[in-house]
Amino acid sequence: MSAAGLLERYTLRLGDDCLVLGQRLSEWAARAPSLEEDVALLNVALDQLGTARSLLGAVGDEDALAFLRDEPDWTNALLMELDGGDFGRTMARQLLVSAYQVPLWSALTSSTDAVLAGVAGKAVKEARYHLDHATSWVLRLGDGTEQSHRRVQAGLDAVWPYAFELFEADELTTSLVQQGVAADPALLQPVWRESVEQVLAEATLTVPDTGWRPTGGRTGRHTEAFGYLLAELQHLHRSHPGASW
Amino acid sequence: MTTAQEVRLRLSCVPDPEIPVLTIEDLGILRDVAVDGAHVTVTITPTYSGCPAMEEIRADIRSALEGLDVEVRTVLSPAWTTDWMSDDGRRKLAEYGIAPPRRTSGPVPVLLGGLTCPQCGSRDTEELSRFSSTACKSMWRCRSCREPFDHFKDH
Repeated sequence: MSAAGLLERYTLRLGDDCLVLGQRLSEWAARAPSLEEDVALLNVALDQLGTARSLLGAVGDEDALAFLRDEPDWTNALLMELDGGDFGRTMARQLLVSAYQVPLWSALTSSTDAVLAGVAGKAVKEARYHLDHATSWVLRLGDGTEQSHRRVQAGLDAVWPYAFELFEADELTTSLVQQGVAADPALLQPVWRESVEQVLAEATLTVPDTGWRPTGGRTGRHTEAFGYLLAELQHLHRSHPGASW
Repeated sequence: MTTAQEVRLRLSCVPDPEIPVLTIEDLGILRDVAVDGAHVTVTITPTYSGCPAMEEIRADIRSALEGLDVEVRTVLSPAWTTDWMSDDGRRKLAEYGIAPPRRTSGPVPVLLGGLTCPQCGSRDTEELSRFSSTACKSMWRCRSCREPFDHFKDH
């Protein structure tokens, strides 16, 4: 695989992560527990979408990539495509994602690829707001009432096993890390683990104890939920090919 | 024959679509104007990654420079920061009722504690939400006059 091909694939992975997560967060529109949270979740979604557009646009036609690819061609991590569940699960997932995106974008600001470095320079500041937001909610829900504690723990248990796919290394990442293009997943994981476990401890939540490590997103093997997500995302564009307004 | 100065003059009326008291120059979105013969290159940088106003700003730039051969270039690096906002811009924001961003770097340290209420001037204020009606703003309330107000976030 050519060097350019590797860079495109890596950029697409990052873009797909942001686009799929942005899509999931958008599902909270008009459904969040409060008006302020509706605005907050959609702000986070918008930041993810904006980052996705910059990354997809660097690979090819952003609309074709978003609206015309079938499941096997999507390379997002499974964690992003999981159903948001209740608010507690959404905040637990967001904590795991943002605690990963902060060191990820931070590392990529020194990427030898100018596009990745430029995108990362903007995304890292936004990811810090997302992390603050998710952290404050996980603390409130975890160290909250019996019900909020139980529900956010259940949400965390459901999403936890999917986080490890974010730190998998393969030929692509190994090669690009060597070239100074990609962020080294092995270096990101301990930073992620430390910041997440600190929040969970303060939130009086238990770090889930399971060896199950679902994977497959990077090679186009997605969960059942992903089909429905793509259907909703792509239906309008596919129903009216070539339309514009 | 167009000069960069003339182009800048035309662009000085391009407002931020969401906060029309500010121009793209006030915001630090306009990074460069270059004139090469009859060809004009305007370089802009987006604020937040997903800012939806950027499309409109590009269209407004072309519109302001109608009749000229214009290319609008978007650069991501160096990343936009509110430190690029002019002092004039900060003043206009406060007059408009939005608490302006504080400096994030430089010799003057960022003041801790509450923002100044744009309505009554009190510093007894609190943040209601980190997120508000646009990506760039957060929502605050004044404990003195009880009015809510937006803060253009320090970014």
